Amino acid sequence: MSPSPSLTAFVDGIGVLGPGLGDWPAAARVLRGEAPWASCPTMLPVPQCLPATERRRMGAPVRLTLAVGLEATSRASASPAALPTVFASSGGDGQNCHEICQVLASSDRRLSPTRFHNSVHNAAAGYWSIATGATAASNALCAYDASFAAGLLEAIAQLAVDRTAVLLIAYDTGYPEPLSRVRPISDAFGVALVLSPTRGAASLAQLSAVPATGPADCMADAEFESLRRSIPAARSLPLLALLARGTCGRVAIEYLDDTSVAVELSPCR
Amino acid sequence: MKALALTAFTATSAIGRGLAATLESLRAARSGLSRCAFETVVLETWIGEVPGVDAAPLPQSLTKVFDCRNNRLAWLALAQDGVAEAVARSAARYGPERIGVFLGTSTSGILETELAYRRREPATGALPADFRYRGAHNTYSLAAFTRQALNLAGPAVVISSACSSSAKAFASAQRAIAARLVDAALVGGVDSLCLTTLYGFHSLQLVSRTPCRPFDVSRDGISIGEGAAFALLERPSASLDADAVLLLGTGESSDAYHMSSPPPDGRGAREAMRLALESAGLAASDIGYINFHGTGTPSNDAAEACAVAAVLGGGIPGSSTKGATGHTLGAAGALEAVICALALRHGLMPAGVNTTQLDPLLAVHYLRENRNAHLSRVMTNSFGFGGSNCSLILGRAG
Repeated sequence: MSPSPSLTAFVDGIGVLGPGLGDWPAAARVLRGEAPWASCPTMLPVPQCLPATERRRMGAPVRLTLAVGLEATSRASASPAALPTVFASSGGDGQNCHEICQVLASSDRRLSPTRFHNSVHNAAAGYWSIATGATAASNALCAYDASFAAGLLEAIAQLAVDRTAVLLIAYDTGYPEPLSRVRPISDAFGVALVLSPTRGAASLAQLSAVPATGPADCMADAEFESLRRSIPAARSLPLLALLARGTCGRVAIEYLDDTSVAVELSPCR
Repeated sequence: MKALALTAFTATSAIGRGLAATLESLRAARSGLSRCAFETVVLETWIGEVPGVDAAPLPQSLTKVFDCRNNRLAWLALAQDGVAEAVARSAARYGPERIGVFLGTSTSGILETELAYRRREPATGALPADFRYRGAHNTYSLAAFTRQALNLAGPAVVISSACSSSAKAFASAQRAIAARLVDAALVGGVDSLCLTTLYGFHSLQLVSRTPCRPFDVSRDGISIGEGAAFALLERPSASLDADAVLLLGTGESSDAYHMSSPPPDGRGAREAMRLALESAGLAASDIGYINFHGTGTPSNDAAEACAVAAVLGGGIPGSSTKGATGHTLGAAGALEAVICALALRHGLMPAGVNTTQLDPLLAVHYLRENRNAHLSRVMTNSFGFGGSNCSLILGRAG
């Protein structure tokens, strides 16, 4: 038996969009306790970087991931076209899935072709590459509630082995009724991290991560803890809070079963 | 990359349950496709259905949480060829927390949800009380089930990038082993028939009304299949048998072009193949056989042929085995990697069945008859919706 070594990366850029969290600086202020958190439905912008035909076709996950991905790459001064990506989501496009299941349960099973190609779990990754011209490897992962941590492990393994910067995007948008009753996801939440193997001018912090046996950390604030638990991608909140504080520290992110991924952070500034 | 050994592997598809049956079908150049009579589907098409999936139960203790066609197919496949036993030996050696699970699927157990939507409570619209989202519908269900059924405790993830899913599972697993996140990895793919894909591909006019004919001049679409394939990846031991199969290289790319069709020049496919060769430290001339993605749609095969000719030249023999198995979507990458492992082990280049008149515009050496020859290294291609491409290179130890 050989224990996992910690895998390290530099965090060069962050993008966040969630309920009452409009972007990373706003989220960071709230997470530091400098501004009150007013929870309101997540506002998903309509990106201008896709052709009009593609814009019409895209669902909430595409808008969410373009917003956080472009925020993170912009803050990192990184070219989105140059980065391999890891997309992690618990369920892909829930609204689209519902529409398909409804049609298939009806007497007329003719599906819309757009609905069908949007149903793949990597739809957001596909639109991202079309919108940004990113031709490098792109992964689309799922690990249910552990999807953020699974995406982080995939991204840092890729970075460690291939020695390239990686863009990690974790997101969830939830289901409408009736699936929302069996899989409640309270709102849309997305987080993007530009992770780099070497320290650069944009580096905010050095991060190391390793699977651990203990349970995940909770958020001290009850409302944030509720947010963390109600959207799989928001399982990233303890890490985002530590990044917002800009201090050294260690957090445990929810992973499979009762395990976690332990993340240690030391700021670069 | 450092080569990894496939210390156990198996495949189940319309052409057979397990390696012996699969090899026998390949040797006989037999197609497993049949007229679609799946569930209540009314479509004039042919499918690659695995017989007996509904009659193959899960382990009793896992039925309540995980029962669905996709997990039944997974469990049926894992019982073949000593894969589950090899995983247990590996877990005893390294520790169950050191074995990763990296599996690909495109639709997981969505069939359960499709059926549940027919049984919604008329007054409230609610799904039936016996519907289980997490263990059936959710994309991760396949890896959760497999990890639990095999008593593993290491990292696990489902890769779901449509038809490249389970090829990319090999790439993710090799990185996790190289980064020492795990010491061994169960990789594979499982996808099962459902209405979403049958009616969905039909809506895109990508389904053939006859058994699919990859690379044929009159090819007109895919035949959807289902399948499950697994391999245990480990660092090779110092002494390998000559017929041991190794994963030598992986290459991944994105088209950045269109959600459901490739660029005509296949540039994304080209890049995936080039990166796979680079990762293996090999030249094009080292490849002895190519298992094409070869779905049988006019544009897919044309783009792939263009890319193969550009990277490997037109002389390396290749075939698509989808005329035999159907397109098993998220399982296709792993299924065709295992077919490549059989090709290496038995010196068999399987013919592409159903194809009668090759498209003269496709500048590749397409095999319409089986060829027996010693093979050292082979390549397999998998390209999916969203422009997700992955090429793998496998080889013999000696």
